[in-house]
Amino acid sequence: MTAERPPGGTRPLPTADPGGVSPASGAGSGRAGARWSRRATIIAFLTPALVLYVLLALVPILQGAFYSGFDWNGLEPLEQFVGLQNYREALADPVFLAALRHVGVILVLSLVLQLPFALGLAVLLNERMRGRAVLRLFFFLPFVLSDVITAIVWRLILQPAGLVDHTLGAAGLDGFVRLWLADPGIVLYTVFFVVSWKYFGFHMILLLAGLQGIPFELEEAAALDGASRVQTFRYVTLPLLGPTIRICVFLSIIGSLQLFDLVWVMTGGGPVGASHTTVTYMLERGFERSRFGYGSAVAVIAFLISFAFALTYQRLVLRRDVAGALTAMGER
Amino acid sequence: MHRRIARTALLVGLAALVAASCGGDDDDAASSSDDGASGSDEPVTIEWWHIQNNDPGLSLWEDVAAEFEAEHPNVTIDITVYENEAFKTAIAPRLQAGDPPDLFQSWGGGELEQQVDAGLVQDISDGVAPWIDTLNQAAVTMYQVGDAQYGIPFDLGMVGFWYNKDLFAQAGIDAPPATWDELLTDVQKLKDAGITPLALGEGDKWPGMFWWAYLALRNGGPDAMREAGETGSFDSEPFVAAGEQLSELIALDPFQAGHLAAVWDGAGGQAATIATSGAAFHLMGQWAPGTQNANSPDGQGLGDKLGWFPFPAVDGGDGDPTDGFGGGNGFAVGRDAPPEAIEFLEYISSMDVARRWGETNSGILPVVIGSEDSITDPNLQGILAARADASFVQLYLDQAYDPDLGNAINDAVEQLYAGQASAEDVAQTIADAAGG
Repeated sequence: MTAERPPGGTRPLPTADPGGVSPASGAGSGRAGARWSRRATIIAFLTPALVLYVLLALVPILQGAFYSGFDWNGLEPLEQFVGLQNYREALADPVFLAALRHVGVILVLSLVLQLPFALGLAVLLNERMRGRAVLRLFFFLPFVLSDVITAIVWRLILQPAGLVDHTLGAAGLDGFVRLWLADPGIVLYTVFFVVSWKYFGFHMILLLAGLQGIPFELEEAAALDGASRVQTFRYVTLPLLGPTIRICVFLSIIGSLQLFDLVWVMTGGGPVGASHTTVTYMLERGFERSRFGYGSAVAVIAFLISFAFALTYQRLVLRRDVAGALTAMGER
Repeated sequence: MHRRIARTALLVGLAALVAASCGGDDDDAASSSDDGASGSDEPVTIEWWHIQNNDPGLSLWEDVAAEFEAEHPNVTIDITVYENEAFKTAIAPRLQAGDPPDLFQSWGGGELEQQVDAGLVQDISDGVAPWIDTLNQAAVTMYQVGDAQYGIPFDLGMVGFWYNKDLFAQAGIDAPPATWDELLTDVQKLKDAGITPLALGEGDKWPGMFWWAYLALRNGGPDAMREAGETGSFDSEPFVAAGEQLSELIALDPFQAGHLAAVWDGAGGQAATIATSGAAFHLMGQWAPGTQNANSPDGQGLGDKLGWFPFPAVDGGDGDPTDGFGGGNGFAVGRDAPPEAIEFLEYISSMDVARRWGETNSGILPVVIGSEDSITDPNLQGILAARADASFVQLYLDQAYDPDLGNAINDAVEQLYAGQASAEDVAQTIADAAGG
């Protein structure tokens, strides 16, 4: 064997060229040995992640699907099998349907308002200007905060006669003061605002990285050809930024579908359920009401929505971007 | 080949999974050795979970445990202390695993009933029979399911009105309201004087339920409450009337701004609003002064300005104006608890320990009959007097019934405060939840 030994290790590293066998072992068995060591390596590296994935992702999903068929308070033995009754109840509950609608509103607003805002900011901060690094850091800062801290701070800022109301008053805009968190007709938009405040910096940084990957020469060439700045942006920058934008959209949608911590701490899904998301609804009905079977059914519905979306999006939209990484696994 | 690798990896993962899941059952062997006969000298450990996570309660329970250990050298009391909400999170997996602590915090009612149904708690009726008559009867019945005793209370308080004497005086209110109509009049007087009458933390939902439940109790009396609990008849007349009376109050717009999102305990919440004189009064349990003090800038709360009065009578209601609405604290006994755990409960229920609790004036109102005079705080004495007069104390609705119905009641009543449902709708929603 030509294999080197890792310091302190005993297992031979796989060789890049399985054909380079030592004369002592026959050609056939050497090939098999190399193949085995390659396989052992894969198993060794794969196992820890796989065990965690199975234990913490796959098993709970299957358990959830199993529990969702029962009327179960978490304490008694699993005896009352109710089939699809939990699903029927969820899909007939106006509070759950409203929660789905809220997620939809946040999702659409994120795509229509938050992402374009992040893109505009990224383009601005890609220009050469004084204090650019400080500004980038400044806009990125909210993302560094944890969701819970964000929620608690904004709860304080938004409470009646809080910082927001004072600021509006000082600017002579008293008429715009609202019960930001207490008015069922407004609270969802307040939540959207805080979510955007927290996450736009993340998208801005992704888009900035994408912008910096676009060679300056291309924009220069477009300018030489007489393209206006708008045209350059529309026909050169934007298409080249496509992969990054598609990832941003993906992350934004998944983030909306799974929105939880911030809402739970800031509003608890209230008042009167006006800011429930699918996940806050699940927690409230499943845990607080000790209906683990029903909560599991809600969780399965939420999972299926996310899963169906992720698969479709990867198949249809991200296909080119991830070609070779996901679709052609192992072929070389 | 790749498929084979995947299969091998999957098998390795499953093997690890099986190994991990087999490791969970070690505790059984240890706990079965606890079941020594009473009075034997076998070493025994009592696992005790309580929620008195602040002094004076925290130290008091430590002392009580140490004293019991000194008297019983073979007993070790293993104390675990949680904050109220953290306790609820921590106890759930222990109960689901079928391994409850020997003694653990319980509020009685519907949650205890679920634990009884699941066989997680012990029938201690025989063990406590010699001394249980020394305790307040209303408190004791909260820990009964059927005719059997599953836990022991050490505290029973009542919900009532806490008010700011200065603000009442400013509005020209000489005496606390004795009837619901007087209360509505006083609310209007406070408004006319430019004072926010009431504080409410409806973001937590249960504070608003107190109003509805108390009105229902005044309208229907203990019988209506019992019947609704058994048959789900929350759409009957007393409950609809409660919703209508509460709607009259809500129509006066008596609460602080943003009360739908406010919490009970926290910045800008119900307790903080009262503690900073942002509103004149509120409906809350015996723990209110402690939370108000903690939510005031100087930690002192309203001090001597704070007064207490019971929920007023409702004209034409079937309920006795002395009936109470409230609850307290106690301990349920886990199914594998040793007999020594019941001896320890007897010590907790002794006159000596009860009087020591009373002397803390901390809002824990001991239930040992005859220990009441150990409390010196005038407001807490007022609650004790009301408790002594009460022939019936209705447990908080979100604890009296199972958690599903309890939360459904809170959610339905919240709609009343948000003006999104009528009194009939609320009663019907709750009746549906109780029936289904």
